Amino acid sequence: MSFNNLDQLYRQVIMDHYKNPRNKGSIEDGSVTVDMNNPTCGDRIHLTMNVEDGIVTEAKFDGEGCSISMSSASMMTQAIKGKNIDYALQLSNVFSEMMLGNDYPDDLDLGDIEALQGVAKFPARIKCATLSWKAMEKGLQDEK
Amino acid sequence: MNAKELRKYFPILDQEVNGHPLVYLDSAATSQKPVQVIEALNAYYRQHNSNVHRGVHTLGNRATDLYEGARDKVRRFINASSTKEIVFLRGTTTALNLVAQSYGRANVKEGDEIVITYMEHHSNIIPWQQLAKFTGATLKYIPMQDDGTISMEDVKATVTSNTKIVSVMMVSNVLGTINPIEDITKIAHENGAVMVVDAAQAAPHIHIDVQKLDCDFLAFSGHKMCGPTGIGVLYGKEQHLNNMEPIEFGGEMIDFVGLYESTWKELPWKFEGGTPIIAGAVGLGAAIDFLNEIGLDAIEQHEHKLASYALEKLPEIPGLTIYGPKSGKDRAGVVTFNLDDVHPHDVATVLDAEGIAVRAGHHCAQPLMKWLDVSATARASFYLYNTEEDIDRLAAGLLKTKEYFSDVF
Repeated sequence: MSFNNLDQLYRQVIMDHYKNPRNKGSIEDGSVTVDMNNPTCGDRIHLTMNVEDGIVTEAKFDGEGCSISMSSASMMTQAIKGKNIDYALQLSNVFSEMMLGNDYPDDLDLGDIEALQGVAKFPARIKCATLSWKAMEKGLQDEK
Repeated sequence: MNAKELRKYFPILDQEVNGHPLVYLDSAATSQKPVQVIEALNAYYRQHNSNVHRGVHTLGNRATDLYEGARDKVRRFINASSTKEIVFLRGTTTALNLVAQSYGRANVKEGDEIVITYMEHHSNIIPWQQLAKFTGATLKYIPMQDDGTISMEDVKATVTSNTKIVSVMMVSNVLGTINPIEDITKIAHENGAVMVVDAAQAAPHIHIDVQKLDCDFLAFSGHKMCGPTGIGVLYGKEQHLNNMEPIEFGGEMIDFVGLYESTWKELPWKFEGGTPIIAGAVGLGAAIDFLNEIGLDAIEQHEHKLASYALEKLPEIPGLTIYGPKSGKDRAGVVTFNLDDVHPHDVATVLDAEGIAVRAGHHCAQPLMKWLDVSATARASFYLYNTEEDIDRLAAGLLKTKEYFSDVF
């Protein structure tokens, strides 16, 4: 089927994360808990993380939302696990630039996250993609 | 009425979106505007613009005549007995907040009850939540039937002699349910409560007669009925409005201003603080002329027909769940649905790629979403310019959506 535009948004790797979310669930007694929602559409995320000595040792998410918001959360938790807070926040900045369609530094290994680039061409969906990142930023900024 | 003929008055509909002819199915969010309304706004700003109720000069008089003329068009549109009962405000939300803050705070006290339903829009929930918190009153919800209607038994069981305000939407923006306002009003009055009607989704689509409904307040917005954004109406029975205090103070609404005391203008101007929404009212007047020319009854019939067609056509799509009344006769032109496990945002994005505009989300009705046990839904809403072909395009778009995501779900 010819949905060239859509194929830029719904990349295979995104749908894979949606169908098989990584780090889905909730850490009992996690050291950081953030609940956030997108009031315009009803998407919500419950993010739990363990932070030890400035390192995110564990991250899990739960919530409800579209393929973009849930796959983005899956990728985000995957990307920050085992990394330090500064790195996670730096990654979040890079992700914001990517969502705005701006150039971003290429010295970080984005892995699957790069598949979300196409979201920048769908302005209505950017907030879906950034929800979990905003939650992570909020949680980790308080830990700094 | 002939929807295809009427489309020629809506220039916005004649365009391609993402390479396909636009199918606009989001009129419950806001309707499109006919050239008659666009021209009225244009003419107002090009020829008549001036401030109202103050100028001795000619333009000032013209603007005042146009503004007050629009008020009388609204009065006739809903069959109010006097223009004193027609207050121009920003929209339904502002109007309901005025009733809650002015009438509510003066008449509701601790131990009293305010009654609404599960299907209300946030604009008819939160003002009452706030009023309940402020006064210590209890907010009660009339339950809903499985088909998205409310039963009179439930209304009778919920409204008691402690109830001071009953506020119900006339037409649901999610389910399309048309509520029996006249009957609910009788029960409210038997219990000594006032009846407030959120008519935001009703005014564009069905004939409203406030004297027949006998409701105490009724609110609606211009932009959902072919008018501009930023103009809305609060109807209130004169006796209530007379006893109510304004909640906005300043220019336009005063009679006499002293150093420490002031007095207010008479009805309806005491509620219209600041330079009023003059062009908006003129545009709303033009929208009313346009709707009257077609006839509200014809519009209502057209929408029942489209709803019936959609309810017949869409269930042919496997995995499609439709919420609300099963018969098109019992609902306005709104069809809310979900497609398998495809999230409504994803549905709306694929439909948009096909040039079809639908709404996805909670539709400002989170308690109703909870009742439906869904986090979000997609919604197609119809108006006088929609056709059965539009619904065919929607059905085809949904089949494509299903196919597109078929390897995922």
